[in-house]
Amino acid sequence: MSLTETIQSTERPVKDKAGFKKPDFPKFFFDKIDFRYVPPVFITLILLVGHFSFGILEGYTKIIVTLATSLLTEMVLSYLMLGKMKNLSSAYISGISVSILIRSNLLWPYIITAFLSIASKYVLRYKERHIWNPSNFGISWMLFFAPFSVAGLSIQWGNNIWPMLVIWMLGLVIVTRAKRYHITITYVISFMFFALIRSLITGDAFLTEVAPLTGPMYQLFIFFMITDPATTVRSRKGQILVAFAIALVEFILRLNEFIYAPFYALFIVGPLFMVIDLSKKKKQALEKLNA
Amino acid sequence: MKEELVGFLKLKKIILYLLFIGVLALPILIQYQPGSSALAENANPNRFSLNQFGFFLTDVTREAGIDFIHQSPQLDPKLNHILPQIASMGASVSVVDFDRDGWNDFYLTSSRYGSENALYHNQQDGTFRNMAAELGVADVNIPGTGVSMGSVWGDYDNDGYEDLFLYKWGHSELFKNNEGKRFDKVTGKAGFPAWANSNTALWFDYNADGLLDLFIGGYYPHDIDLWNLTTTRIMPESFEYANNGGRNYLFENKGNGVFVDVTQKAGLISTRWTLAAGAADLTGSGYPDLIIANDYGVDEYYINLDGTGFEEMGTSAGLGFSPKSGMNVAFGDIQNAGDLGIYITNITQEGILLQGNNFWVRNESDDKVNFMNIARQRGIELGGWSYGAQFGDLNNDGSQDLYVANGFISAQKGTTYWYDYSKVTGGNKAIISDAKNWPDMKGRSQSGYQRNKIWLNDGVGFFQEVAELAGDYATLDSRSVVMVDLWNRGVLDLIVANQNAHPMVYKNTVDSLNNWIAFELIGTKSNYSAIGAKIELQWEGKIQTQVVTGGIGFCSQNQRRLHFGSGAAARFDKATIYWPSGKIQEMIQPEMNRLHRIKEEL
Repeated sequence: MSLTETIQSTERPVKDKAGFKKPDFPKFFFDKIDFRYVPPVFITLILLVGHFSFGILEGYTKIIVTLATSLLTEMVLSYLMLGKMKNLSSAYISGISVSILIRSNLLWPYIITAFLSIASKYVLRYKERHIWNPSNFGISWMLFFAPFSVAGLSIQWGNNIWPMLVIWMLGLVIVTRAKRYHITITYVISFMFFALIRSLITGDAFLTEVAPLTGPMYQLFIFFMITDPATTVRSRKGQILVAFAIALVEFILRLNEFIYAPFYALFIVGPLFMVIDLSKKKKQALEKLNA
Repeated sequence: MKEELVGFLKLKKIILYLLFIGVLALPILIQYQPGSSALAENANPNRFSLNQFGFFLTDVTREAGIDFIHQSPQLDPKLNHILPQIASMGASVSVVDFDRDGWNDFYLTSSRYGSENALYHNQQDGTFRNMAAELGVADVNIPGTGVSMGSVWGDYDNDGYEDLFLYKWGHSELFKNNEGKRFDKVTGKAGFPAWANSNTALWFDYNADGLLDLFIGGYYPHDIDLWNLTTTRIMPESFEYANNGGRNYLFENKGNGVFVDVTQKAGLISTRWTLAAGAADLTGSGYPDLIIANDYGVDEYYINLDGTGFEEMGTSAGLGFSPKSGMNVAFGDIQNAGDLGIYITNITQEGILLQGNNFWVRNESDDKVNFMNIARQRGIELGGWSYGAQFGDLNNDGSQDLYVANGFISAQKGTTYWYDYSKVTGGNKAIISDAKNWPDMKGRSQSGYQRNKIWLNDGVGFFQEVAELAGDYATLDSRSVVMVDLWNRGVLDLIVANQNAHPMVYKNTVDSLNNWIAFELIGTKSNYSAIGAKIELQWEGKIQTQVVTGGIGFCSQNQRRLHFGSGAAARFDKATIYWPSGKIQEMIQPEMNRLHRIKEEL
């Protein structure tokens, strides 16, 4: 998940009528800092708040091992496969995501998940692009194939509204700045729409169906996974369609009582649309060349 | 040159792909490791278990004449959609020798209006007779008064006979034991609360004045009548940090059957969802500290301030930080090092919730009171949906083993409520705390049909799970477990209370080459029940510590005696008894293979 790269490339100067730069928020605020570091800092903030308020890490060994695996894998593979050392912010975010989002009483699942997440970028490629969101790939694989030793995040940060609101506000500011808010908004609206449909089908309260959206797992999912520039399609319309499709597949999985439905939905939908988009891109390029 | 480079790049790719496929396959391969087939391979599993583990269990419930069946409560119809969740507790067992005939009896609770509790008297011939009705402790689940959740025995008036405190969702009761011939209800004089939704209680002498005081732990808030709800907002406000549970109580015994509520003064003011408690002197102060296991939150560790009150040190001591679903407190000295560890059970459900049980031991390298959890290293972490647990030397080999009761709701096979459960418990407090937001269970199971665990200690504090091989095959929803020598044979038998089902009485057959010793303590300056007394037994360079408790585990109480095995050791070197009064008594080379009745020296 390298939100940083897209943020850099999409920055455009905004000027007022007199030709001076507008001090609008959040741009004004973010102009003062190097935006590349905002997503890693944001996820670190979530981690620290989660840990020191609610003990989500249950110790430091796991996060150290996960981060070390993640960073080391990125360094070695980028050097070996690309011949250069990649910026490590993406691997850092993947490492933090893995250590927050999976729970295990053992150490090896963290190592395997971190390795699979990063290595998937170098192995599962189509048209020179990786098509799975790295941490989504590793986490989904382990949740599905290693349920005896891995579970999803169980800590819910006290079920209070305030930590959730703060993270939502900060997260929205960041995805807005990254020009990917339409993905988040589309997904949230679609999720709520499908929650209503599920409520009508299952007979459970609408609030119950919406409940998961209020947990920290979804905050990471919405702000870091589905908005990942490297694994989302190019066009704005396409991104909106993908966000809707993720919510739709999740809806089907939820009706079949998959607890980790959002991860699996992104695992299925994300690469599918990436392949279509990349194929279309090549076709367009060929047509342009022929013309 | 270019071809070599292309070849090298291809080779790197191939290696990476192979490595990736290998790592992908790793979790799948680990999962499908062949399991132990020792049971299937052995025509005589009892002989196998005896040879291999030094003991085996035989279910003798029926032969012992136990026909009791626990019944869960029926509550306000507004809770019908999640009734199995709410009405999931109440099966309990506590051991007592209520008539002082030298044979252990036991008391079982039921939890439905109109159902009766049972007091099984030991007939000394392998059978038991239910005497609850004739002694006046059967008909206690009367409509309007609440239903039983558990019981603890302690001689609060020091007359030599163990009295009964019955805690309920409702009006808890104190019964005075009249020389084992009759029980009289004395609750009114004692001054206990008119209504509380309690799931734990224990007798202990918190101020060491020789009179037993009483701790009661609240689960649902005390102002909720689960049969007549005025609101459905009765559920925990959080799955991890709920503070809207029932209040706890500390009643100081003033003598003459009068108890005074000193909860506030003593600093026991939390309102978490308490399910279990244990008391023992963990700091060497001479006063019992209090460990409280809470559902939907962190556990609490109250250090006794020289009998004047308590200070909560859970967070700073390291055991009150990560929230889980605490359901049991038991003390065990698993390394024969003279130190008590604290075992707290939680929930483990593959692929969904891996809280793991905790075993807290003092960090010796730290001057401050500081605990670390070593359950994983010792192999006693992953139980199931665990409730009661007890330590005891099941094979008399000189080291304490561990029994853990598992299983939440066994309803329709092949179904699970876990998806809906995870959905609502992940929501914010406005959602989770209202029962009407909890999806209908529709007869589904949740962590049901689980086996209990018997973890056998290898002698140096590492454990192996042997339940099925040792003869425990049941998959009932077990709640409460006790270890007790039911037939004065020098072995620890087991009784397991199961929700909505009959209890299980397991007779233990132990390797006859292993030696043992047991102590029954009688307080004089200390409380008569000797609750809080500690014995350190030394042999072959080992020291094993055990304490007399007034309620331990989940809704349970073990036998009053302390039982030690020694393996093949020919003698014990010394037994040191630390009485709650501060008196220390020593026995040099106490005789083996017998029960010692020791009176506190004045």
